Amino acid sequence: MEDKNKKSPFVTKVELGIIAFAIILPFIFDSSPYFQGLLIFVLMWVILGTSWNLLAGYTGLVSFGHAAYFGIGAYAAALPYYHFHISPWWGLLTGGIVAVILGYLLGIVVFRLRGPYFALGTLASAEILRLIFGEEEWLTNGHNGILYMTTWVSKYPYYFIALILALGAIFSVKFVMRTKAGYYFLSIREDEDAAQALGINTKKYKNISTVISTFWAGMAGAFYMIYMGFIDPEVVFALHNISIITILVGIIGGVGTIWGPAVGAVVMVLVQELFRSSIFGLAPSWVSGMHAFVFGLLVIFVILYMAGGILGDWDLIKKKLKFSRKVETSK
Amino acid sequence: MELFLQTLIGGLLIGGLYAIIGIGMTLIMGVLGIINLAHGQIMMVGMYLAWLFWMAFGLDPYLSLFLAVPLVFLLGIFLSKYLLYPLIEKDSILPENQVLMTVGIGMVLVELARFIFSSDYRSVKTSYSDKTIMLGNISLSWPLVIAFVIAILLTLGLFWLLIKTDLGRSIRATAQDRDAATLMGISSKRITILTYGIGSGLVGAAGILLLPIYYLFPDVGPIFTVKAFVITILGGLGSPIGAIAGGIVLGIAETFGATYISMGYRDAVGLVIFLLVLVFLPGGLKQIFKI
Repeated sequence: MEDKNKKSPFVTKVELGIIAFAIILPFIFDSSPYFQGLLIFVLMWVILGTSWNLLAGYTGLVSFGHAAYFGIGAYAAALPYYHFHISPWWGLLTGGIVAVILGYLLGIVVFRLRGPYFALGTLASAEILRLIFGEEEWLTNGHNGILYMTTWVSKYPYYFIALILALGAIFSVKFVMRTKAGYYFLSIREDEDAAQALGINTKKYKNISTVISTFWAGMAGAFYMIYMGFIDPEVVFALHNISIITILVGIIGGVGTIWGPAVGAVVMVLVQELFRSSIFGLAPSWVSGMHAFVFGLLVIFVILYMAGGILGDWDLIKKKLKFSRKVETSK
Repeated sequence: MELFLQTLIGGLLIGGLYAIIGIGMTLIMGVLGIINLAHGQIMMVGMYLAWLFWMAFGLDPYLSLFLAVPLVFLLGIFLSKYLLYPLIEKDSILPENQVLMTVGIGMVLVELARFIFSSDYRSVKTSYSDKTIMLGNISLSWPLVIAFVIAILLTLGLFWLLIKTDLGRSIRATAQDRDAATLMGISSKRITILTYGIGSGLVGAAGILLLPIYYLFPDVGPIFTVKAFVITILGGLGSPIGAIAGGIVLGIAETFGATYISMGYRDAVGLVIFLLVLVFLPGGLKQIFKI
């Protein structure tokens, strides 16, 4: 009885194992910068997915415009470089903060909205930013984008920076969900009116959730700029390739679970690359055109049959697997 | 003054097309209670079907309305029956699951189109594509005028369906109160599925009407999805008359934005209106006109 009431350790053994594995992983693929690059993308999606998950999965604010924060983070790193030749590396300091400010300002508008209206409001804000950053060439160099010679050729430093950011995102979410604020987030997700009636300052806690979420999205954007060395508005403010994929990463992995977005990110990059490379050249080359198609089918499948995502419905999946194994052995 | 009138009439004509895109969306929103984020993508399917008929049989896009629209209608029925309706009864953490499903559907449709037709830009160049008629000093694009007229006919037909037939009454009843409608003996499942089909057919028709004056490529859809929900929110949820007003307002606002601000901000105008409406007039135009 006492054991159950005792708080589980902040970092469990499994998580330590995952972290250790993540540290070793790039050295396993030492000879292949391609795989290391993929790992870095997985980590970037982990940051974005985790950031979205705190807002949507835990606080019930389903954002369809996370590209706004990602993009503004990327431009926070890129613009000082473009205008004053200040290193984009400062973006890792400013990217998150600028995104938080944007999140607060947009919040003034979109927090008046609920449910589908909130989703559409966030979507529209990201689209407006995309159009502004594309049009105002004096400020952003428009669709020509901003180019920066990346600092290192080696992927190792980028990998470990991304890993630190990803772990920072995951454990900051884990931390906040263990505090009182975390319970308030959940109560807002379940029933905002009831939460308000019980005396929770819903606006304040929505803002707290937004601050943490947008901070990590902005950091992911700044990291993207430093790592890729090139951004343009169509890439970093993309409705489909950023906002929607971020949501899908969360959905596939498991909405409202700490490690769900991480699982979703791995699955997403794995599926896409598996098909993009025609299953490593084993399948005919037309398969490579199907990568986004297959991912779309996977999304439909997950929503239809595993509404909680892979991690959220893990017990269910385990049960089904066990059941089928029993049937096999009984024969 | 001429520029002003030219812009106004151009906006009005395109607004007629936007109206039928918006009506489809508003019907779906009213009955299913979801934003259909695959709306523009379904329109894209209609456009490709019409393009295919044109390439294969030389069928005029306006004639292929009779062939392609029923096909898009069936596609809508299929999608709602097997993918969207089953979710209504399911419990999940996020109530937005159906919306996310439409995102998945849209993605699959686009990628399928890209796989079959490649990403190339296509267009249907008919003999009347570049024809204009002069009204005083104002020139009107002939295909746009035809599209406007057909859009009005379609709208009238739809209103006849909604007001005069049993099916239409059932749709309106389900939109107003699903439970009460079910208690009155309406099969809300059948109505839900049919409504999605009708909405799909309408937006498919809009796409085909756009075909002679627009380019066709797999990613043509999303921008129209955005326009569709802007119109719906502007007009007021679930109000077909509001959607007509919203469509025309959006059409006119966009052309004015393009003429007087900058071509690049054409699409931003609608989005800014959208945010303003959400914040200051949450009920949309419906709230003002009480319809």
